[in-house]
Amino acid sequence: MDPQHLNLIYLIIAAAVATFITRIGGYVLITQMKQIPPRLESALNAVPAAVLTTLVAPAFVYGGFDVAVSMFVAFAIALGLNLSTLRMLVIGWVVVMLLRHLVL
Amino acid sequence: MRKDEFWEGVRGGFPIMLAASPFGALFGALAVDNGFTIGDAVFMSAAVYAGASQMVGIELFGNHVQPWLVVLSVFAVNFRHVLYSASIAKHVRHFTFVQKFFAFFLLVDPQYAETEKRGERGLPVTFPWYLGFGLVIYFPWIFNTLLGAIFGQLVGDPKAIGLDVLLPIYFLGLVMGFRKRDRFLPIVAVSAVASVAGMHFVGSPWHVSIGALAGILLAACLPPAETVAAPPVAIEKEA
Repeated sequence: MDPQHLNLIYLIIAAAVATFITRIGGYVLITQMKQIPPRLESALNAVPAAVLTTLVAPAFVYGGFDVAVSMFVAFAIALGLNLSTLRMLVIGWVVVMLLRHLVL
Repeated sequence: MRKDEFWEGVRGGFPIMLAASPFGALFGALAVDNGFTIGDAVFMSAAVYAGASQMVGIELFGNHVQPWLVVLSVFAVNFRHVLYSASIAKHVRHFTFVQKFFAFFLLVDPQYAETEKRGERGLPVTFPWYLGFGLVIYFPWIFNTLLGAIFGQLVGDPKAIGLDVLLPIYFLGLVMGFRKRDRFLPIVAVSAVASVAGMHFVGSPWHVSIGALAGILLAACLPPAETVAAPPVAIEKEA
């Protein structure tokens, strides 16, 4: 294996270790504490919504008109009819395909 | 009983696997496009197993960014997992050491969300359930990376077949799943604005950490809500 390719393998291993540290880190930290302070608990409760929103909002703003429209339609229908995520995905995909291949 | 739980997990993870499959294939195709061999791409999916950070990794690698910065970016994109593992600690405390090792290795966004949801509903978070849910996503992820890397050319322009819209909608669906939690709307609003500002002024991938921290800090600073919500159902069931 040439040295440049070997470097890539090392890079992937380093990325894997870094990722594993993030996945175990929170557990290790929190189990060291005897009691969870209420503010920390409300902070932890906010984690999923806060993090996942950062993967949504920029795509909505910078993803282009078709992406924004399909996200909004999927969101509105899924919220109104209380649909599963998979159905929501199908709706969004259909809308974006219609916009890209028939409308725009 | 334990076997039933494993298959219950498999059934629960199945739709997530379907939703994630195009991204596995897309990653494979993009990785090869960025100078990876097919083997490298498959190895990265098996070892890192974190879609968004893998995409960031290959993009930076393809742009010849220094290795330490690539690893740091992967760490930054995955930093949310620190919060996940802290947050699900209460549900997985009873796992053995080895079980915890595998559980945390498999801790991707949907795995976290489902574990939290299950714990909140008072259902037992057992290792067979967790493993079934995780593996039905993990192995196809690797296999789809292989397929994507091999048939990379066939995917062509991911936008033409509408692949690019799936990931944000998928995450949006996950966000909506948490709408019953305390202070959901202000947290989402602050994180949304902060992540867009982060994207605009600092750039990707920092917008993830910036937006997340903003929402979490807000939750920590607001006075604690009148906690009538969520009696410890989980504990009652466990006992």
